Amino acid sequence: MKYAWYPGCSAEGNSFAYDETSRMIAEALGIEFQEIDDWNCCGATEYFSVNQLPAYALVARNLALINAEETPQVIAPCSACYINLKKTDEKMAKYEQLNTEVNVALAAGNLSYEPGAVKSRHFLDVVCNDVGYEAVKEKMTQSLAGLTLVPYYGCYMGRPEDNFDHPERPQTMDTLLKTLGADVPDYSLKTICCGGHMTQLSAEASLRILRHLLEGANQLNADAMVVGCPMCQLNLDAYQKDVNSAYKTNYQIPIVYFSQVMGLAFGMDPETLMFERGIVSSKAMLEKWLTAEPASKKRRRREKRDKNALPMPKQLES
Amino acid sequence: MKKGVYICHCGSNIAGTVDVEEVSKWADDLEDVAISRDYKFMCSSLGQELIEKDIEEYGLDRVVVASCSPHMHESTFRGACQRAGLNPYFMEMANIREHCSWVHKDKEAGTEKSKALVAAALSRVGHHEPLVIQYAPVDKNTLVVGGGIAGIQAALEIANSGYHVYLVEREPSIGGHMSQLDKTFPTLDCSACILTPRMFEAGNHENITLLTYSEVENVDGYIGNFEVRIRKRARAIDEEACTGCGLCEEKCPISVVDDVFEAGLGYRKAVYRPFPQAVPKYPVIDRENCTWYQKGKCRLCEKVCPTDAIDFEQEDEILEVKVGNIIVATGYDAFDARRIPQYGYGRYPNVFTGLEFERMTNAAGPTTGKVVLRDGVNVPESVAIIHCVGSRDKKYNEYCSAVCCMYSLKFAHMVHDKLPDAKVYNFYIDIRTPAKGYEEFYHRLLEEGTIFIRGRAASISDVALTVEEEGKLIVTAEDTLIGEQRRIPVDMAILSTGLEARHDSQEVARTFSISIDKNGFFRERHPKLDPVATMTGGVFIAGAAQGPRDIPSSVAQGAAAAARVLSIIDKGEVEMEAATAEVNDLTCVGCRMCVISCPYEAIDYLEDRQKAEVNRALCKGCGTCVAACPSKSITLHHFTDQELMAQMTGAMNALFEIDGVLMPA
Amino acid sequence: MTLEPNSVYEKIITELPDGEKLKSCLQCGNCTGSCPSATDMDYAPRGLFALIAAGQDEKVLRANTFWYCVSCYQCTVRCPQEIPITDIMYHLKHQAIEKGLYTTDAKDFSGTFIGMVEHFGRSFELGLAAGFHLLHHPLESVKMAPMALGMMSRGRLKLLPKRIKNMGQLRAILDKAKEIGA
Ligand SMILES: Cc1cc2nc3c(=O)[nH]c(=O)nc-3n(C[C@H](O)[C@H](O)[C@H](O)COP(=O)(O)OP(=O)(O)OC[C@H]3O[C@@H](n4cnc5c(N)ncnc54)[C@H](O)[C@@H]3O)c2cc1C
Ligand code: SF4
Ligand code: SF4
Ligand code: SF4
Ligand code: SF4
Repeated sequence: MKYAWYPGCSAEGNSFAYDETSRMIAEALGIEFQEIDDWNCCGATEYFSVNQLPAYALVARNLALINAEETPQVIAPCSACYINLKKTDEKMAKYEQLNTEVNVALAAGNLSYEPGAVKSRHFLDVVCNDVGYEAVKEKMTQSLAGLTLVPYYGCYMGRPEDNFDHPERPQTMDTLLKTLGADVPDYSLKTICCGGHMTQLSAEASLRILRHLLEGANQLNADAMVVGCPMCQLNLDAYQKDVNSAYKTNYQIPIVYFSQVMGLAFGMDPETLMFERGIVSSKAMLEKWLTAEPASKKRRRREKRDKNALPMPKQLES
Repeated sequence: MKKGVYICHCGSNIAGTVDVEEVSKWADDLEDVAISRDYKFMCSSLGQELIEKDIEEYGLDRVVVASCSPHMHESTFRGACQRAGLNPYFMEMANIREHCSWVHKDKEAGTEKSKALVAAALSRVGHHEPLVIQYAPVDKNTLVVGGGIAGIQAALEIANSGYHVYLVEREPSIGGHMSQLDKTFPTLDCSACILTPRMFEAGNHENITLLTYSEVENVDGYIGNFEVRIRKRARAIDEEACTGCGLCEEKCPISVVDDVFEAGLGYRKAVYRPFPQAVPKYPVIDRENCTWYQKGKCRLCEKVCPTDAIDFEQEDEILEVKVGNIIVATGYDAFDARRIPQYGYGRYPNVFTGLEFERMTNAAGPTTGKVVLRDGVNVPESVAIIHCVGSRDKKYNEYCSAVCCMYSLKFAHMVHDKLPDAKVYNFYIDIRTPAKGYEEFYHRLLEEGTIFIRGRAASISDVALTVEEEGKLIVTAEDTLIGEQRRIPVDMAILSTGLEARHDSQEVARTFSISIDKNGFFRERHPKLDPVATMTGGVFIAGAAQGPRDIPSSVAQGAAAAARVLSIIDKGEVEMEAATAEVNDLTCVGCRMCVISCPYEAIDYLEDRQKAEVNRALCKGCGTCVAACPSKSITLHHFTDQELMAQMTGAMNALFEIDGVLMPA
Repeated sequence: MTLEPNSVYEKIITELPDGEKLKSCLQCGNCTGSCPSATDMDYAPRGLFALIAAGQDEKVLRANTFWYCVSCYQCTVRCPQEIPITDIMYHLKHQAIEKGLYTTDAKDFSGTFIGMVEHFGRSFELGLAAGFHLLHHPLESVKMAPMALGMMSRGRLKLLPKRIKNMGQLRAILDKAKEIGA
């Protein structure tokens, strides 16, 4: 399986750990990355907000640099990059005028792009749906049993439309983490936005948003929150201390990438998985995992029906 | 030939965009036209008399009326011709309203288009043949499908008039959703108290054959003469022997969640009657859950039954019945609240649906009428009632479910009544109370102290951010009247789920040859003027199967459908479509393409002669076979090739004359 | 109904794909109820749409709403009328800049970000924060120092982004796009 790889700007600094461990996981799973040569920034949410056409042209340059014959699909590990690549391709396909204008701009750099040529994918999507849970299971050498991992998707994995998962109740990461053997509670805030760049505009607003998310995970006794986006990771991790001082809380929840915990289950040396790059320490989580008792066999005892209680509705199969 | 032309003003509906006088004058000069007139309302008695008088005075042998859609008034003007002694099929309509004045703005162009349409009709009408309407006798039995309040009402009306009814219900008992309800708005009378007598009457009426736990499998035939195949599923109970004592139910060791009658809030046994007042009184054995059917063990019910009524070997019965008319009253399904994950139904124990709450407040329900949390013990101090769940939302159902505002108000009242200290919040977009006594009921709730928050609830969560929120469900919504996002902590949330078409409405529609609208509800013949008839003669609809509606209106529709059936029975015979298809024996090659293509199964293949033949009683004149026949052997009377060609050349010639448009060679 | 030419409403409807859906707003409040930033907005989305319909364009364009929008699409996926609310927020930013009517720092923030992209072809969050805060909130940037230090010590903070190789090509493309887009 060969894909084009669009690392995104944060890969070089902030989310270096994500980029590195993604490459390690990909290799283990037989996915080949072809990094786009000389890729540029996707513009995040800012560029689109101010100047539409240059924003599309900016993203389209990346798509134009891909050899679509060789790699008709491009993977972005960052949700914002993923959504921008996808949106540009889809809007160009849908709106003829936009397509023409973007291509006139690209021509100024001797490039061109035909919409539909390259399909944009999120790395999580590729791992769960192209590789599949079964193949992931085969690569596992140890279970993550004993760890309570709270999956946090952020806003873009199922939004705005036709993305790889449900906009309000996504399941891919839940299933992935369950496959790895972890305890995965049903986190009701898993698609609530992390605030994105709000940290730069209003500390008050963004800390309030982050506190909500951390409190939700805390109430589920999270050993870690698992993310698939550098922005989510940055906000929840780097500002956790600020949340604590603003709200007199004491959250110590490491924010880790799904690729990092996959690495653990694949038997990779925790040292190489760069957990120490997180501002909130993952030490406690790792220790808990190392010392966790092997899952006892008769854990699944039939729960006795409470005489008084009314029956609970069954959850919808997704 | 002497043709008469009549141009209708339809008030200003047509005259506003078409110069009718000009069209009339223009038509007067056309070939064979003996008289041309325009008139304010052709469909009025005076308008019709005008046609009748002219037929006699001028000896007209063809009539063209240029007015609205034939859908509206074809039968009106055919009647006028018939009264004056002219074959009704010698009348042709030109639709200059729906096809012209309503869709155009330019009067000059509208006038010219009308001329072309009139010319087309004039040219076609000359080719019409005199068709003869045939009559068929009507079977006096009626089939009613669905034993909810609408179906019960319809069955009783007909049975009380002295005619026989087969009432087919899928569940073990009749009663439908109304039997699940506690009180009914706005008068708050007890649902069971007003429903049970009707159920009993329907169950014991000498003119009603009650077939519960049954379903219609197939329908053949046509108005007045339907043949129906019904599957009566095996209850595993001998109805002759069972006294309805309930011992089997009491002793059965298997208890399962009752997703139907108790809406998931309570349990029932593997052998069960859905509720004590069930009609009929016989239980059924649910084979999916019974240990005997599943594992070959138990038979406890058999041991305890004092009359040996348990019959594990009983098999489904197939009944074939003949009826003249059918009423379909299969009701609705409640919206599945789990489809909106942000409301947490199925995730948070204390989120309930409307039907669950009905069962909870019902004294005969799982909590004996106590309003409690899911633990069955604790009492809520605050309750949120969320309107429009699954309704008024393009992602689910765009329409308004019509009854949920009122039942949400009813719920608020029930909470005030049972828990006077509890706070009740209703989250609504608009309060809809458009019927007798409904608005007053809303006012009463305002006085009772319900807190109304205008805003669609955005989400329900259990993540507490303050001390007050701890252990509560937090409903987040915009209070649009103050323009603020609010978080309201409550102990219990009730989702007022909307009404949807039955999940299988499409298959049911196919069985009865009726159609469904875009939401899956059965389509009525006319939304205003013919709400209980369908496009298929002899098949009527009633109740929430036609669209979301409350009990009073379901009852009215049941009675209305019954009245329609009774008038057909009384008349004793039905008119058959005269414009039917006919196979030309000489050229038919016996390929049977037509047989496969006919949607009404009206074409028989005659094995002995190897030819196809149209059954005129079944043919609806749709013309599908005409297009399907590869040897061009089928003619559809009244729509022959000749007639259609004449219609087109008529229009083209007129356009040529008016605009100088050249007809293509 | 014809709308006032050049009004905010008219521009949304004529310029934005699916913008005409704004006409079908029910004022149900689901957008505002769902918005993570609503409490910080002077007019949250529903209220803003009421102002747009009322033709109060000045108030609309001076609102902080769209600057506080984090583009999370929560409102969009919940709107019962399928109104492209987030896209409308983008469009309003554009309109506010066009008319020179903005009152928040957010414009400068976006400007800093774009400046960086146009200079290097790449960006990174913290560099951005540093640049932005030094420019506009020197005091806040001091407050941020401990966090930045933590990031630096973990190798997550670089002082400047890496410049792409073919910056000339990217500039040519962006210049052309601005020229056509203007
Ligand atoms: C929570 C809630 C509270 C309500 N409260 C009130 C109230 O207080 N007052 C009020 O006026 N209205 C109320 N309503 C509305 C009321 O339920 C309906 O108006 C009424 O039940 C409609 O009756 P019906 O006979 O058309 O349909 P239903 O009650 O749905 O009955 C249809 C029957 O047909 C049967 N059936 C379905 N398919 C088939 C098939 N294929 N073959 C054979 N049988 C079939 C079903 O089993 C059922 O018995 C409420 C609705 C809800 C959801
Ligand atoms: S045989 Fe079936 S229905 Fe009868 S008592 Fe046993 S489980 Fe219940
Ligand atoms: S009746 Fe009321 S609650 Fe039900 S859909 Fe209509 S407005 Fe909403
Ligand atoms: S959610 Fe949609 S319909 Fe409701 S107020 Fe917001 S924009 Fe209008
Ligand atoms: S996209 Fe913007 S307006 Fe919509 S919910 Fe998110 S922050 Fe609020």
